[in-house]
Amino acid sequence: MKGLEKYFEKIKPNFEKDGKYEKWGSVFESFETFLFVSAKTAPKRGAHIRDAIDTKRLMSIVVMALVPSLLFGMWNVGYQHFLSIGTDAGFWQDFVHGFIKVMPIVLVSYIAGLGTEFVFVYIKKKEIEEGFLVSGLLIPLIVPVDIPLWMVAVATVLAVIFGKEVFGGTGMNVFNPALLARAFLFFGYAKKMSGDKVWIAGLEKGQHIIDGFSGATPLGQFASATKEQVANGGFKIFDGLHSNIISFYDLFMGWIPGSIGETSTLMILIGAAILLFTGVASWKIMLSGFLGASALGLLLNLLPDGLNPYFELPFYYHLVSGGLAFGLVFMATDPVTSAQTEKGKWIYGFLIGVLIIIIRVFNPGYPEGTMLAILLMNAFAPLIDYYIIRANIKKRLKRIKVKA
Amino acid sequence: MSNIIKIKKGLDIKLVGTPDKKLKEITPSGTFGIKPNDFPGITPKVVSKVGTEVKAGTTLFYDKYNPKVVFTSPVSGKVSAINRGDRRRILEFVIDPDGKNESETFRDDKPENLSREEIKENILKSGCWPLIRQRPFNIIPNQEVSPRDIFITAFNSAPLTSDINFIVKDDFQTFQTGIDILTKLTDGKVYLGIKAGEISNPFANTANVEKYEFAGPHPAGNVGIQINKIKPVNKGDVVWTLNAADVIIIGRLFETGTYNPMRIIALTGSEIEHPQYYKTLLGTKISALTKNQIKNNTVHKRFISGDVLTGEKVTENDYIGFYDTTVTVIPEGDKPEFLGWAKPGFNKFSFTRTFFSWLNPNKERVLDANLHGGERPFIVTGELDKVFPMDIYPLQLLKAIIIKDLDLMEELGIYEVAEEDFALCEVVNTSKIEIQKIVREGFDFAIKELG
Repeated sequence: MKGLEKYFEKIKPNFEKDGKYEKWGSVFESFETFLFVSAKTAPKRGAHIRDAIDTKRLMSIVVMALVPSLLFGMWNVGYQHFLSIGTDAGFWQDFVHGFIKVMPIVLVSYIAGLGTEFVFVYIKKKEIEEGFLVSGLLIPLIVPVDIPLWMVAVATVLAVIFGKEVFGGTGMNVFNPALLARAFLFFGYAKKMSGDKVWIAGLEKGQHIIDGFSGATPLGQFASATKEQVANGGFKIFDGLHSNIISFYDLFMGWIPGSIGETSTLMILIGAAILLFTGVASWKIMLSGFLGASALGLLLNLLPDGLNPYFELPFYYHLVSGGLAFGLVFMATDPVTSAQTEKGKWIYGFLIGVLIIIIRVFNPGYPEGTMLAILLMNAFAPLIDYYIIRANIKKRLKRIKVKA
Repeated sequence: MSNIIKIKKGLDIKLVGTPDKKLKEITPSGTFGIKPNDFPGITPKVVSKVGTEVKAGTTLFYDKYNPKVVFTSPVSGKVSAINRGDRRRILEFVIDPDGKNESETFRDDKPENLSREEIKENILKSGCWPLIRQRPFNIIPNQEVSPRDIFITAFNSAPLTSDINFIVKDDFQTFQTGIDILTKLTDGKVYLGIKAGEISNPFANTANVEKYEFAGPHPAGNVGIQINKIKPVNKGDVVWTLNAADVIIIGRLFETGTYNPMRIIALTGSEIEHPQYYKTLLGTKISALTKNQIKNNTVHKRFISGDVLTGEKVTENDYIGFYDTTVTVIPEGDKPEFLGWAKPGFNKFSFTRTFFSWLNPNKERVLDANLHGGERPFIVTGELDKVFPMDIYPLQLLKAIIIKDLDLMEELGIYEVAEEDFALCEVVNTSKIEIQKIVREGFDFAIKELG
């Protein structure tokens, strides 16, 4: 690597002040610091030893935590596809099919997003901020597999510009950029983001699909269950062939239709374990989120039967279906857009959990509420912090009064 | 008998190079220096011009805005230079010692025979006054304002610092005299923060003080943390703080009537051949200690006057800072590291478990001064709180300082903190922000606005 280091040293002057490519300095620096952790040392005064962690390490840990969900998502895309055409393809063919479907979305998301970021690096003359390394992988994992690639590109670019850069970049944004991208898609191209047809690769085109095959997600089936159905034997949901009942175990393992990365609670929990063990994400938000969702789910279970069939879905089914787990583990814990005080994190997470269930159960329009719940709480996070901090300020003022 | 307070938040960083409990006396040689920059907010006015013969305790300069606060020479000799920097700002007074060890004479008397005014007068004249600092803002106090209380910490908890027990061991009687003097300067109490769980703690027998024992990781030894736990600083309060070692200098002033700023300095760090203690005077040149002590290798060295968390980067030819009792030498670490952020990092220090060094948390490490990353806006939340054991929101206070909102700074507790209390925040911060600098800027801003 000495050679590469020397090469960078050699071309560096071109990008520095008064160099030939001075304007590209920040772009050059972005690449250089990606390859080499900089030789910069602590300033004259201050702490002279520093933690080895930086934003690159931080983001790469999150990316690592997302890998199990990504790999499982790839397999599941293939599995669901072959299920719909009635072929038992086997593990590797499932995976390869999914890989071919998912990889382009990942690439488009990264290319569109990082491309936009680099435009801002050039304009702002500041080294690239690593936030998009995570957003770029989150976006593919929360969209349906058959989403047209150009939509992914448009939504990503819009999210980076209006979700992040107009606020001043990573660390300054109010809303989670990946969720914003999803929200753009959801409200802009609703047809491609909801319904029974979009979740399984190839279902919309309808070639070779088995007659009567349904691509409805479990959450969709829960939402559309009628009173009579629920009264006669509870919530029964089926796989696409209507031959097998999807159990809690199936939901937990994730071989069900859904957005690419959100289906397997198991894989998400592996990711959560990585985030919590390394100390990267807040366990308070995750835990209180699950508690909030369980609490409201349980409360609805306890209400008298017959009000709304959806009330009666056992609360633990909520936790393993839809994007709840994925949202709580990977999106709600985004430190920039969540509450910043430790007490506030409890409230923030809990309310997200509650809101997810409220939107799911009470809203007739669409069966999922994770995205909207988190975006809504992103907006309210500063308010939560405000009250927590006011309490601290009041305590301090009280100290004076006690003395006086 | 004394109260134990347990500090839970914080971090002990284990580093190679703790000093052995060996003391070597070095006779004053080479030049001595006093640096006005060690005293934030002071504008020096020269009294002893170049060529003036001075004794220990002779005024070198005073503060333009408070002429009673004088700064004196630590040794007898001749002012050989006054070095200036940009805009003729005075950087240092250099004194060539003459070896006579003469001191100006000040009053020596028993504390009980002296009035508060007489004591203040004596401390001010001798140049001991700047050893005292006040909260808010961690600056030299105004002599017209009596402090609510005086707080003294009797131990260092930061990594690679001196063991105060070892420093006061032979001068305990003088320490007690200093305490007795200080009790006369406040209507409140003198509080002494000592380390919990030590069997033979010399401070356990200190009289006339309120003792509190502190257990737990750094920053348990920071006086600011101790104040916050014992009796926090409110708006309008002024408290004074001192290092235990400096109490001895004040005690000696009243016992002998001389200014004898003897300092026991710990020479520490992974780049030191034999880390140990040196008995010398305030204002000693760094090289007087480090000569022949630096490891002979090709590693670039960083010399720090002070400890690794709060000190100042200096060269061998600089002088030890006025308040510093440690000189540290660590590797500079000014080398790029290929894909350093992606390595497993079995030997990298991190407060998080993002590197595999979590397998080996108690290992003493050699850490260099590399930042390990570029500066970013604040991203991670909660990391600062984990090493900040006060009932204050550190991130929010810092942001209040950055946006220069004085009311908010006040509400969030700026009067209670000092830079050093934020040192660990700066260490663990993922975004590599210069947090202690922000705190100092906040103080400067507040002092200016409050007038």
